[in-house]
Amino acid sequence: MARNPGRPLSPHLTIWKWGPHMLVSILHRATGSAMAVGGGILLAWWLVALAGGEASYARFIDLMTSDSNGRLNWLPAVILIGLTWSFLQHLCSGVRHLLLDTGAGYELKTNKSGALATLAISIILTILIWAVIFTRGAL
Amino acid sequence: MGNGTSIGRVRGLGSAHEGVKHWWHQRLTAGSNLLLVTWLVVSLFRLPLWNYKALVLWLSSPWASVPLVLAVISVFYHLRLGLQVVIEDYQHDFTRVIAIVLLNFYAIGGAALSIYAILKVAFQGAIG
Repeated sequence: MARNPGRPLSPHLTIWKWGPHMLVSILHRATGSAMAVGGGILLAWWLVALAGGEASYARFIDLMTSDSNGRLNWLPAVILIGLTWSFLQHLCSGVRHLLLDTGAGYELKTNKSGALATLAISIILTILIWAVIFTRGAL
Repeated sequence: MGNGTSIGRVRGLGSAHEGVKHWWHQRLTAGSNLLLVTWLVVSLFRLPLWNYKALVLWLSSPWASVPLVLAVISVFYHLRLGLQVVIEDYQHDFTRVIAIVLLNFYAIGGAALSIYAILKVAFQGAIG
């Protein structure tokens, strides 16, 4: 399986002008991998903390939030906002992939606007979701 | 069946009968993730509070704990299939086997731990 280094490698990544479809394609893999590792661990951790009883859940929340005002600490906030955007971006480009699987949407303009739409929707929904969470105040 | 060309050696032996399974299951769990994780997000936002008592009360209903168990199965199966493709794209020597074994341990272990935790909360009920 190892590549023979004596043979030339096609310069596939370096010679093309970047477009939204390429960005969305690699983001699908990146956001999926980030959720698979970070999101999976965090989900299991949250559920196990909850199953451990009131004191165990209090320790989990204490770790995630500030003692003074009960709001999320900056690091958990960055991770959770990142995972929220990853989820929405992966969801939108996943739905786009299901549509592309039918053979539709390969015309240049349609393909480009579809890719841009996944980015717009995921960013807008992330902002809306976190606006609601932050206005609800302490966890 | 001939011994000469490669097509001659494989002709008539049939396929492995599982080439499409990975592809299809990835799309199947994409659909179930879409339903179940969207339900989870909406369900959490419908809770008035996110403290311990509110979450335990929420999970003590089978209408929350059962879809959450299904979401965990769907998500961990989907991530196992997805990361398998990522590993196969970038690891080409024996590290590929090690990475896929570790991936299977992670996916099955993570799902088992999560499901046990959900059921423990669900069966304990809202007492305490």
